Amino acid sequence: MNNTKYIGVFLAFFCITHFGIGQDITAMKPVKGGALSPLYGLDSSKVWVDDFLLDVYPVTNEQYLDFVKNYPEWQKSNAKAIFANGNYLSEWQDDELLGSHMNPNSPVTNVSWFAAKAYCACQDKRLPSVDEWELAARASETNPNAENDSLFNQRIVESYETPNTSSKQVGSTYENYWGVYDMHGLVWEWTSDFNSVLISGESRRDGDADRNLFCAGAAISASNLRDYAAFMRYAFRGSIKANYSIKNLGFRCAKSN
Amino acid sequence: MKLKYIFQLLSLVLLVNLFACQKQTDDSEQYICPMKCVDHKTYDHPGTCPVCKMDLVKVSSLEAPVLATDNASDNSIFNLTSSWNTQNNEKIQLTDLKGKVLVVVMIYTSCEAACPRLVADMRNIKNKVDDPNIDYVLVSIDPEKDTPEKLKAYAKEEHLEGDQWILLQGTLDDVREFSNVLSMKYKKISPIDFSHTNIISVFDKHGVLQYQQEGLGVSNDKLVEEVKSLSE
Repeated sequence: MNNTKYIGVFLAFFCITHFGIGQDITAMKPVKGGALSPLYGLDSSKVWVDDFLLDVYPVTNEQYLDFVKNYPEWQKSNAKAIFANGNYLSEWQDDELLGSHMNPNSPVTNVSWFAAKAYCACQDKRLPSVDEWELAARASETNPNAENDSLFNQRIVESYETPNTSSKQVGSTYENYWGVYDMHGLVWEWTSDFNSVLISGESRRDGDADRNLFCAGAAISASNLRDYAAFMRYAFRGSIKANYSIKNLGFRCAKSN
Repeated sequence: MKLKYIFQLLSLVLLVNLFACQKQTDDSEQYICPMKCVDHKTYDHPGTCPVCKMDLVKVSSLEAPVLATDNASDNSIFNLTSSWNTQNNEKIQLTDLKGKVLVVVMIYTSCEAACPRLVADMRNIKNKVDDPNIDYVLVSIDPEKDTPEKLKAYAKEEHLEGDQWILLQGTLDDVREFSNVLSMKYKKISPIDFSHTNIISVFDKHGVLQYQQEGLGVSNDKLVEEVKSLSE
């Protein structure tokens, strides 16, 4: 009797120390939809987001390795330049070999939007939209909408200032209200319509660009820290192209309900 | 000891065989479709291509060009496998446009501000270039509303008639993907309106992006020049 108890404790300890991940790496959690006011401050219109499912963790190196074994066209040496630039999986030793310093349970990075999209499609999932991602990310541990929680926002901004967070394991930050981990503090994440953020130095070029977002006016109207953190995310999205592969940019998948 | 000897002998035989194999493939001449209709499929005997019916040619005779397009094709939009509906309700893939210089713009038909100017620019470019071997492609960013019928009516209204004008409807997903190939940005801002970047892109005959004109009301001289030189 005592013995089995010990084995149970041992097993639990083993699992935690070896994987550090509380649950199935491919698990998804339901996120309840709702109204979201997109960052770009002066625009008071809200967008509606439907219920959806979101991966509990960002996709890991190990998961991505499995993917490229099954889909060789996405291996480092095979990926076409139009879909992934030269930095694609740049730290991998070989087509089917992670870099020696890389943790299999760290989030995969240096992956392009095309690659992330293909990965999710192959799992019968898809990338979350910007609005879905933002909706899930505004939840703190206890509150589904912590937009106005200054401590939560402070933490997000601080996490942006911390270098090399992409080498941590998935699940090593916090679990939010929806049971989803690492929305902030590990890596930036691709979204399906990241290129819906319009910016350009010359607003003339962008038709009706979200000028509020990037001209000086926006910085002035960004009156609190929440805007500041969101501002950074939107600016980042506006600055990248779909074949970019960046060291601190990973992804997770979503699914419609 | 004896075993080791046998093993060494065996590996020597294997090694020789390996080289022999390689030599053999080098010797036997392979044939390929000069248009590479079935990608890079090669044939053991001379004959005609099953797709374009052209005579097959020796691979060796194409060696250099094959390599050149191989490198280029890595950047080609013909790597996209999405399928599209034209204004004539035909299903096409982008590879069907292979072999022609393409001038491409993304618009939506209910757009009242920028798109009419972009489309006017397209017409203007076509007149200046004045070459029947160039296709002008308009891809809708509002595929839910812009059905083939709607695109057809739009083409008529905007005087985009004739074989050189191709208007395309895709799925939401494929349109998003295509916009990312062009590094073009757009966002639905209301049920009827989109904000979008104004870009006209030029692709060479292999589907590789060669030039982009950004903005409204800019001179299209450089783009016209580019199109002319690519079609030569």
